[in-house]
Amino acid sequence: MRAGRLAVFLLATVWLVIVLAPIYYMVLASLRSQGSYLTVSPWLPTGGLTASEYGTVFAAGLGRYLLNSVIITAACILLTLAFSLGAAFRIVRKSSRASGAAFRLLLIGLAIPIQAIIVPLYLLIDKLHLYDTLAALILAMSAAAVPVSVLIMVSFIRDIPRELIGAMLVDGGTEWTVFRRLIWPLARPVLATLSIYDGLNVWNNFILPLVLTQSSNVAVLPLGLTKFEGQYAIDVPAVMAAVLLSVLPLVALFVVMRKQVMRSLGAIVLR
Amino acid sequence: MRLADLIGLTPAMTLFGLFILLPLLAAFVLSFFRWNGLGAPHWAGGANWVQFAHDPVAATSLVVTAKVVALSWVVQTPLSLALGLFTAGHQRYRAVYAACYVLPLLLSTAGIALMWEALLDPNFGGLAGLSHSLNLGFLQQNWLGNANLALYVIVAIIAWQFIPFHTLLYQMGRRQIPRVLYEAATLDGASGWQLFWRVTLPQLRYTIATSSTLMIVGALTYFDIIYIMTDGGPGYTTRVLSLDMYQAAFQQDQFGYASVLAVVLGVLGVGIAMLLIRFTGFASMESQQEGAA
Repeated sequence: MRAGRLAVFLLATVWLVIVLAPIYYMVLASLRSQGSYLTVSPWLPTGGLTASEYGTVFAAGLGRYLLNSVIITAACILLTLAFSLGAAFRIVRKSSRASGAAFRLLLIGLAIPIQAIIVPLYLLIDKLHLYDTLAALILAMSAAAVPVSVLIMVSFIRDIPRELIGAMLVDGGTEWTVFRRLIWPLARPVLATLSIYDGLNVWNNFILPLVLTQSSNVAVLPLGLTKFEGQYAIDVPAVMAAVLLSVLPLVALFVVMRKQVMRSLGAIVLR
Repeated sequence: MRLADLIGLTPAMTLFGLFILLPLLAAFVLSFFRWNGLGAPHWAGGANWVQFAHDPVAATSLVVTAKVVALSWVVQTPLSLALGLFTAGHQRYRAVYAACYVLPLLLSTAGIALMWEALLDPNFGGLAGLSHSLNLGFLQQNWLGNANLALYVIVAIIAWQFIPFHTLLYQMGRRQIPRVLYEAATLDGASGWQLFWRVTLPQLRYTIATSSTLMIVGALTYFDIIYIMTDGGPGYTTRVLSLDMYQAAFQQDQFGYASVLAVVLGVLGVGIAMLLIRFTGFASMESQQEGAA
């Protein structure tokens, strides 16, 4: 077993290098000028470093993409959490035919790949005159986040002891009291988990903006990055700087609340 | 339907119904029409499906997709399992490793694609640079332009992106195994290997099922990195089904035929995920729900 442990440790260390090396390369490359990137050794921090490319990408409109991403992420989190919490509460607390059917539909929805619906979704958005708007992204991405969010919320509410709820009802509380006094305060951690989980998915989604938007002024970061690549195909440092700037908010979040983020990333299996 | 149901359920179900379920049904209906996006759609009966059955590109796409799915599972599962067990330990250095492993999950797919494009550039890329300074000739390849390599490079990058997530799943799964199981087995004289085979693996069966399903459905519908990095090339060597669908719809304006491909993707995806609901705890959640009714 000692040999086995050593092998796993070696594997873990090799994987650590495989994870970190490309990121290190990207950071270093982003700190080169366009000229020196092509001439100096790309793996060593020698030959002059500069942050000038970060200015280049802001001048080229990265700020706009950043703002768009912040808008749709915030809107999607609010919309998804509010809608999912309401639905999950009904599904757990009052089983009716409607809530049972809704839950089963959502279970199926969990499995629908976005690629399977993207063509009619595009046509629908176009019919609604929402093509090439941030509203289209907010609606589509929130809808896509509903099944998993409701499911996680349902399993959370179900874990709240019935005695607590029962006691509240005996004391003359209504369902609304239960929701406001019990579920809402207890739900904060799971709401935080879901915000991070849904937020990350929205922030990084590529195919929906690709299909549902077109103009630069509504481009979000992932799409904006590829637009940069089109513009600056030969300016690798600028592209790397843009990628790093796009991930900066998430890294900041990760540094501040590492444990919470790691839990959230696995949220789909939290039960 | 009561008022409270209406208030609680309606917003979520409207959003979900309008933007997910309706398009799903529409994809099915559209697959029987010919439509270029302008004017009225024409009823085409099964013509799109016949076209699909005879389309060599679609056949190639199915094969490429199957390869991506199979290779992804074979590469990612053992590595994620090993790394997950490693990071489940409570030593401090393992927590540091685990924190670093998560980093790729923060990057968007677009960011990952652009980063690897820079690394893999055959002239000025990071691997080419490494090849010069370390004298390792094999590192200088036209990684994405070589028809024999491109698919494997794509699978490797997908693994780089998703192994962190599955490692996290296995880490969480391992930490939920009760310690007494190991203590009891050790008392019975089980060796380290036996603990792994007799305790760890059986206890992780739900994690393995969940992780595998997510991995397989994810690989089945994989789009972003391939679209950005190779656009299906060289030739058709990395042309997966979702890319085939995208091009049929948005580059060739064949919305009917694209819908056939969408339905195929959807049926495969939902079918595989049904297995997830069967074999993992989601099914028990549903029965609890009905028990409460």
